[in-house]
Amino acid sequence: MTVPLTSVRRVASNLRFPLAKPTWPIGVPRPAPERRVGLDYDHEWSRRYPVRLARAVVLDNLTLPIARAVAPTTVRGAEHLRHVPSPVIFAANHASHLDTPLLLTTLPTRFRHRTVVAAAADYFFDRSWKAVLWSFSLAAIPIDRSRVNRRSADVAAELLEEGWSLLIYPEGGRSPDGWAQPFRGGAAYLSRRTGIPVVPVHVQGTRHVLPKSAGAGRRLRRSPVSVLFGAPLTPDEGEDARRFAARIEAAVAVLADEVATDWWTARRRGMSGITPSLRGPDAAAWRRSWALDRPPEPGRATWPRL
Amino acid sequence: MTPRPGLVLEVDRSTPPTLFWHGERFVLERLPEGSRVLYPPEPLTAAEDPVGTIRHALLHPVGDAQPLPALLRAGMRLTICFDDVSLPLPPMEAPDVRQLVIEQVLDMAAQAAVDDVVLVAALALHRRMTEAELRHALGDRIYDAFAPHGLLTQHDAEDPDNMVHLGTTDKGEDVEINKRAATSDLLVYVNINLVAMDGGHKSVATGLASYRSLRHHHNPRTMVHSRSFMDAPASELHSSNWRMGRLIAESGVQIFQIETTLNTDTFPHQFGFLQRREWEWRLKDRAGYLGVSAALDRTPSRVARQIFHSIRAPHRLRTVHAGEVEAVHALTTADIWRQQGLEVEGQTDVLTMGLPYICPYNVNSIMNPILVACLGLGYFFNLYRGKPLVRQGGVAIMHHPTPWEFHPGHHPSYIDFFEEVLSETTDPVEIAKTFEESYATDPWYVHLYRTGHAYHGVHPFYMWYWCAHALDHLGRVIVVGGDPAAVRRMGFSPASSLDDALEMASDVVGGSPTITHLHTPPLLMADVR
Repeated sequence: MTVPLTSVRRVASNLRFPLAKPTWPIGVPRPAPERRVGLDYDHEWSRRYPVRLARAVVLDNLTLPIARAVAPTTVRGAEHLRHVPSPVIFAANHASHLDTPLLLTTLPTRFRHRTVVAAAADYFFDRSWKAVLWSFSLAAIPIDRSRVNRRSADVAAELLEEGWSLLIYPEGGRSPDGWAQPFRGGAAYLSRRTGIPVVPVHVQGTRHVLPKSAGAGRRLRRSPVSVLFGAPLTPDEGEDARRFAARIEAAVAVLADEVATDWWTARRRGMSGITPSLRGPDAAAWRRSWALDRPPEPGRATWPRL
Repeated sequence: MTPRPGLVLEVDRSTPPTLFWHGERFVLERLPEGSRVLYPPEPLTAAEDPVGTIRHALLHPVGDAQPLPALLRAGMRLTICFDDVSLPLPPMEAPDVRQLVIEQVLDMAAQAAVDDVVLVAALALHRRMTEAELRHALGDRIYDAFAPHGLLTQHDAEDPDNMVHLGTTDKGEDVEINKRAATSDLLVYVNINLVAMDGGHKSVATGLASYRSLRHHHNPRTMVHSRSFMDAPASELHSSNWRMGRLIAESGVQIFQIETTLNTDTFPHQFGFLQRREWEWRLKDRAGYLGVSAALDRTPSRVARQIFHSIRAPHRLRTVHAGEVEAVHALTTADIWRQQGLEVEGQTDVLTMGLPYICPYNVNSIMNPILVACLGLGYFFNLYRGKPLVRQGGVAIMHHPTPWEFHPGHHPSYIDFFEEVLSETTDPVEIAKTFEESYATDPWYVHLYRTGHAYHGVHPFYMWYWCAHALDHLGRVIVVGGDPAAVRRMGFSPASSLDDALEMASDVVGGSPTITHLHTPPLLMADVR
């Protein structure tokens, strides 16, 4: 026997409080909806053991194969992490939404399941469903990227002190044109505050797979990617967060140069202070675009088409 | 989020039904458009560091008082009195605030090497507390340190050897209180102030007094002239206690008063819907209401009662003041009004209220019909300052099952009062004149009070006197859903539904009366302009 949908709707519409939602008295002004999202989102649940276990299963068995399928990845420099005590702060350049799942799946196992990701509160935590999704899948924590926020910093510092590594993009967001933006002081500040080293990371090629201008899934294009980890950095005696942030940016620039050239060349140019800037040439927009690395040639058709 | 102040809601066509307590049940009632519903302020923020707050109060007393450590010395007699099982309501989650305070007092006494310390539960004529109740109020550490040595006592107002008559006030009121407390070098009184009426001189002058003393203010005349109990300047009950308190002080009894206020976080989260405004009920609240109601409908009253009495309130300590009685009480009263006060414009023809399963005198016991009347007409009716919520000659409608049922161990004299006294008359003055003395001095009731867990023989009279102001003021009292026989015995009118009750009320107050509903929990105190 089938029940017509209209009957179900009729029954549902005839339900009264408390079976149905309460009506709102006309005389009572409606308050702005209580938003437990953004910086206020309580993400503590996402680090409980059952959730970590579920995330590890998803990350290793779903995210990793998908990431490798869309972005065949070359990982180098992992030897730098071999003797670094956990936790660390991973500071990477940022060009695509793919950066985070890709980086998480390339981290050595001892970091992979104990790393939280600093994610923009205004973008990844502006809806409840998004907050739940990113907290679960990436162990994301909301960070205010528009200004220095004591609460964001306190939360990140507490997690670092609890033994969680942190993946942070010091640029504060994805690159709008493919060139890096100036590194902000968040990673440097946290390192200075907690004494935990910063590992510079350079990610190359993700913007070809999923550029900023594309909606997710609409222009996913298979392309090789490289991830290069650098040697851990710690702030020098008396070095403030701003100068340390500049040093982190320079270290990532050397890694970028290494990807473009080779280790020795990048090393020599770095020592001589002639490493090409991550931010690209100071020129007209088209010249900046022109100077970017060329997208890879379309390869042989693959199936499924990605 | 900052706690919101109370709200006077005018019911309109979009207002969802309003929650009423109905003993160990709840019901949703649709009030007529234009009715007012008084929603209490939300619970205020609790003290972050309760122990630190208590210590600060003890070390920085108010009024003409020295810090507690300065009052303690080796060789002195120290008596610590505390409020009994009637406070707070419902009993709070452990640790009880009395435990927190007394532990600090005892720490300081131990530091000063005070050996002679006795704890006294200030029962007045209430029933004695059980061991479990004492352990809950004081904690195992205090109980095990004092009770085995006979140093944890319960006030016995009928023990002639342990009462002392301190004199009479200028109004001829006898002041007779606990001898141990009166003859100590220092009496520390630990209060829980749930409503504005609690504390002040009432703590000692009532809590440690005898029938001989209490009869001067627990009588119909005083009650009718206390408008209301919550408004000290307008309360004859307050004035009488203050006269007695000042006489106690003049007699040389040194009192260090400690008064605490709690926030109004009254029920645990499973009952969150009770304290949420109906139009703000979330799915969880609606599911909670439906689930709890469905379960209670299938639960025998006896079991439901046990479930409710096992609830521990998540009350949290808000403020503590210590020092000289009157200075302390002024600050405490202000704190209580800050938590519970709600400004209300004008009186109403009909006051409706849902009555819960508990009042101060049936903790772990049965809410008998006399206590129903006392809660509705003695307490809820009196939750005002200025003018009563309901006009002279108006109608009170109470929602409660009002079963003809009594706890024989706790309320033995209530049974006889209900059968013998109320069947003769419901007039408090007549009752006091004709019956009070015989019940108050009945040796069987005295025996049960002293040796069992029974309220004193005169206690049901006091409960009825608490209603005296309301009975004098109201044109009619209607009980919705109550046992008709029990309701009629008290001189009230039974109604099977709120609509019927409103119809019956219209006979007294006219065709289109103004209606105001007192929404509880938590408690509110109406400042009626």
